[in-house]
Amino acid sequence: MRVSVITFPGSNCDRDTQRAFSERGHTSNLVWHKDRDLQNPDLVVLPGGFSYGDYLRCGSLARFSPIVNEVVAFAESGGLVLGICNGFQILTECDLLPGSLLMNSGLTFICQHQYIRVESANTPFTRNIPAGRVLDIPIAHKEGNFFIDPERLKSLQDNDQIIFRYCDRDGAATSEANPNGSLDNIAGICNIQRNVLGMMPHPERASTEGVVSRDGREIFAAIEDYFDSSR
Amino acid sequence: MLQAKIFIRLKPNVLDPQGKAVSNSLHQLGYVKVVETRVSKYIEISFDDDNEQAVEEQVQKICADLLANPNTENFTYTIEKMGTV
Repeated sequence: MRVSVITFPGSNCDRDTQRAFSERGHTSNLVWHKDRDLQNPDLVVLPGGFSYGDYLRCGSLARFSPIVNEVVAFAESGGLVLGICNGFQILTECDLLPGSLLMNSGLTFICQHQYIRVESANTPFTRNIPAGRVLDIPIAHKEGNFFIDPERLKSLQDNDQIIFRYCDRDGAATSEANPNGSLDNIAGICNIQRNVLGMMPHPERASTEGVVSRDGREIFAAIEDYFDSSR
Repeated sequence: MLQAKIFIRLKPNVLDPQGKAVSNSLHQLGYVKVVETRVSKYIEISFDDDNEQAVEEQVQKICADLLANPNTENFTYTIEKMGTV
């Protein structure tokens, strides 16, 4: 698989993400945000970090980077796009995903292990992961509080677009298990075509040897499975 | 020269955790009659242009295209002549 990880000014998870894929045997390239060539990828990843210093609103200025036009065109032609943390914020700001990520309800930056529940196996990113499966994937953000108006929240629910919810160890999506105040415990959503996924937790931080949780590997394995099946 | 004074406010139905924290602090300071605090953004943009209508058209677009997020924020603005130095 060919993976292109976009580096914006202020991205800081780009190399971790590149490494997570290259260690699995994929051709994993960093693509600079001023480039206009995505390098023929099978998957584009918008990594975590603080693009443009989070100025104005998180992710709002990244859409003016030349490469984002290519990412949008790639997504609109059916290409797989994964946005992690700041990448999720960028995807909402360039309207590839609905909703917004607001400041955490507790006002603090949260960096911790977090249980999330897979809600749907019906995406290339969760293929063959049974719904209800609980993964331990770290979060690290101050603006991860997912917000959307009631009509569009219902649309996300009705169209099976909520892919991950914050939960406790047993998989219960309670308010106590919600770290940041996200509506409906939402930790990740996909678009209606299901080829674009945004998630606040960091699977790349739960995949390499020597870290506490390696549950992020299940997401990468799902993408590989999808890729192999579609060839 | 004209200057736009722009307020970006969270929509009324959007929770404002910053405002809530400020309210709590004000209560602790003894301002018990404070009911609600909402924290907004204030942005000033200066234009090398004296045509108010042209500037207003631009400000409207600037707010809608970039400064405000239509999912969560409303914007208002005034346009004023800048004092000569």
